[in-house]
Amino acid sequence: MSARDVVLGRVRRALADVPREETPEQVPVARSYLDSHAPADAVELLAENLADYRALVHRATAAELPGLIAGLLAAREARSVLVPVGLPESWLAAAGGVRRVPDEASATPHALDAVDSVVTGCAVAIAETGTLVLDAGPDQGRRRITLVPDHHICVVRVPEQVVESVPQGLRRLVPERPLTWISGPSATSDIELDRVEGVHGPRRLEVVLLAG
Amino acid sequence: MRVALFVTCVNDTLFPRTGQAVVTLLERLGVTVDFPEEQSCCGQAQFNTGYRRETEPLVRRFARAFHGYDHIVTPSGSCAAMVRDNYPRIGARASAEGRDRGLASVAASVVPRTYELTEFLVDVLGVTDVGAYYPHAVTYHPTCHGLRMLGLGERPRRLLSAVRGLDLVDLPGAEECCGFGGTFAMKNEAVSAAMGADKARHIEGTGAAAVCTVDNSCQMHIGGTLSRLGSSVRPVHLAEILASTEDEQW
Amino acid sequence: MSGTYLGMPAFPTAAASATRDGQLRANLTHATHTIRDKRARAVAELPDWALLREAGAAIKDRTLRHLDGYLERLEAAVTAAGGQVHWAEDAEAANRIVTDLVLATGEREVVKVKSMATQEIGLNAALERAGVRAYETDLAELIVQLGDDLPSHILVPAIHRNRTEIRDIFRERMAEWGRAAPEGLSDRPADLAEAARLHLRQKFLDAKVAVSGANFMVAETGTMVVVESEGNGRMCLTLPETLISVVGIEKVVPSWRDLEVFLQLLPRSSTAERMNPYTSMWTGTTDDDGPRAFHLVLLDNGRTDTLADTVGRQALRCIRCSACLNVCPVYERAGGHAYGSAYPGPIGAILTPQLRGVGSELDASLPYASSLCGACYEVCPVAIDIPEVLVHLRERVVEGGEVTRNGRRVRIRPARGHAAERAAMRAARWTLDHPGVLRAGQRLAGRMRGLQPRRLPGPGRAWTASRDLPPLPAEPFREWWRRTRGEQREAGR
Repeated sequence: MSARDVVLGRVRRALADVPREETPEQVPVARSYLDSHAPADAVELLAENLADYRALVHRATAAELPGLIAGLLAAREARSVLVPVGLPESWLAAAGGVRRVPDEASATPHALDAVDSVVTGCAVAIAETGTLVLDAGPDQGRRRITLVPDHHICVVRVPEQVVESVPQGLRRLVPERPLTWISGPSATSDIELDRVEGVHGPRRLEVVLLAG
Repeated sequence: MRVALFVTCVNDTLFPRTGQAVVTLLERLGVTVDFPEEQSCCGQAQFNTGYRRETEPLVRRFARAFHGYDHIVTPSGSCAAMVRDNYPRIGARASAEGRDRGLASVAASVVPRTYELTEFLVDVLGVTDVGAYYPHAVTYHPTCHGLRMLGLGERPRRLLSAVRGLDLVDLPGAEECCGFGGTFAMKNEAVSAAMGADKARHIEGTGAAAVCTVDNSCQMHIGGTLSRLGSSVRPVHLAEILASTEDEQW
Repeated sequence: MSGTYLGMPAFPTAAASATRDGQLRANLTHATHTIRDKRARAVAELPDWALLREAGAAIKDRTLRHLDGYLERLEAAVTAAGGQVHWAEDAEAANRIVTDLVLATGEREVVKVKSMATQEIGLNAALERAGVRAYETDLAELIVQLGDDLPSHILVPAIHRNRTEIRDIFRERMAEWGRAAPEGLSDRPADLAEAARLHLRQKFLDAKVAVSGANFMVAETGTMVVVESEGNGRMCLTLPETLISVVGIEKVVPSWRDLEVFLQLLPRSSTAERMNPYTSMWTGTTDDDGPRAFHLVLLDNGRTDTLADTVGRQALRCIRCSACLNVCPVYERAGGHAYGSAYPGPIGAILTPQLRGVGSELDASLPYASSLCGACYEVCPVAIDIPEVLVHLRERVVEGGEVTRNGRRVRIRPARGHAAERAAMRAARWTLDHPGVLRAGQRLAGRMRGLQPRRLPGPGRAWTASRDLPPLPAEPFREWWRRTRGEQREAGR
């Protein structure tokens, strides 16, 4: 008998008290909790919650964005930046002196570690929790490019990419895509159960709320 | 309205003044209270130590003793919780095991009629000012079963706040267990004593003259710890404070 | 390899020595109180917390009652997405599967995401025996591994260490495992985190194989979910070529939508955050993004035995948030090691004796490691009635009875050492069921009260070791009642 049969057989015997005709749907799950806790202005709440967990929040129009990104890279003295294949070209148009490193499957982790910054879009942002969700779309790239460099600039199109709550966020996402939920920079509570920012992921997370 | 006192075995044997205080208090409030002598113990110690089946005769005895009363009042949060939370479980298990199919309905018959003293005063009699006088600084320790199983909430504090002359002092870490826990106090003596010592330290820090609870078993632990540590803070059951008047101090 | 829980004394003995360790007591009190208050604030932000909690419990109950179907669906979905599913009936089988998978890659090193399941099965030791070195990458697990120590908390395995102790461990031990601690390392948490970053970065960049657990597995889609804070999880889940996830079978949830409940309950309950910094979700493998090979090892190891107990099975709802540890007054004073397993605190006191049985003295002592104060139940985000299960397991210890072990129904005998207690309980019950006898006893005690000793002999010694006894009253309540009220009430009937 395979281990699979052994385990499934044990499960079935353990559930001898469950009537054979019972279906999972007959076990009631009351979803009477709220779909959202957010007040009207989700974008403002997103900005507030991002900042609360030490992400740096900026705002820009489409015209201001290239200059802002160039400035953010310059402020970090970034000499190289990872670029997802589908990132709008205009976003980096003003970052003249910064070397573009394309997101390629062949790049080794060591090569990524040598890059200073990364600029991406996102799939959805959740206001209540201050969360950015990346789904590896064309303007976000492979999961690892937002992980290894120490500086991540993420552009959120507001208000269209902003949802109020976790339930609303999940409804917008496709489970089969690789998903990364980011709420502030890397942090740990492992020393005396107090939160400290900055361990393995990017220690600086900058979020640009792009309007219009 | 027929009201019976369930005094509990601990109060009966070790803290009779608490039962006397309940009788005095209720009579002062115009309630005629009976003490059915068939009563003994709710079975909490046995149940919580793992001897569930030993509690079954006690469930039956309890139901028999209090048959016909509209309200069963007890000055113990944990004994009230035993009846309300665990009697139905004991009945259901006995029935499921095919040993005693009638016990479930016996247990169910007492559940809605059993009240911890402060519930009876606030919810049934609708009083918070019972006309008591107690001119001392008092701190209140909400015992775990009253707090979490019965959900007594603010009832005890509301009653205390209405007592004339009483200075109610906040207890830091009030909602943390004193470490009694029935046989826990013996089986895990070191941890229990450490919890008791911390509780005693908090109580001492309030500067109160007395520490008040709604459960004499916890009170016995707190009082025994305070006494061993040489503290002068006096443990006192809430009923005794509420029974006190200018004419008669408890 | 760090130490082992084998051969540990029963809980009261280990806990007693912990209560005498002032440094440990101070560290635990500081850490648990820090998080306790934060959790309360994070939970208070959601007015529908009680409803989320109810839904969380209900989803888990639905899952458990139909676990076989959900596991089959999960297996199909993971396989269809390019993953490979393995089944392990016990720790030994799981360790063998993982070891073989690692050896097949030709690698001799793996990086690990913190995982309770692999702690439970002792995977690191099994890998070591096969010549494979496992590097723990969670900061607290790293502290434990470098310190040749054991985890003492579910969320923060090194909670028993304070910042100064952590600095000393880093200074003394990091060089043996890889990059040494920076010169003059301070005990500032930010500096300690930086030292861990530098130490582990090389390992992440070189790793070819990673081992993880998972917080949730979605049956409907085959999606795995890992919730973390530091980014070590993301490193392990995305950089290596091969990923092996060892996950308890109870971690499955039916549908994608169910995550909306747990992703609200878990972060606020565990680290007291609105959302943890990083959550990774993956479904099988993705071309050119992340590991090329994904193996899911579904672990039983006592879970089906736990499932067979209709009262105890609620322990399988646990989402390992550790809120119950952080509010437990017993955990705070006994420390995690006294519980003798990867699962300390209140949840450990009901999980371990079910996963391992109550055959050993330690495991039989765990259900008593609680004053039944109920703080654990109050904070549990999936409403596990831990006191109810504790009492249920106490009955198993003292009475024995029918249980399931390794998938078979067996009748166990009462644990040793409870005979005197059982006799006393029976005698007490008999007395209490005969109020006349009770009354006679009370009267006798009243007459003898002048002889009441300050310290009791026998079992009572444990009481009088640290507390005084209340003075025996001259007259029990029933006598007072008879004397003052009895006759007139009788007449009034």
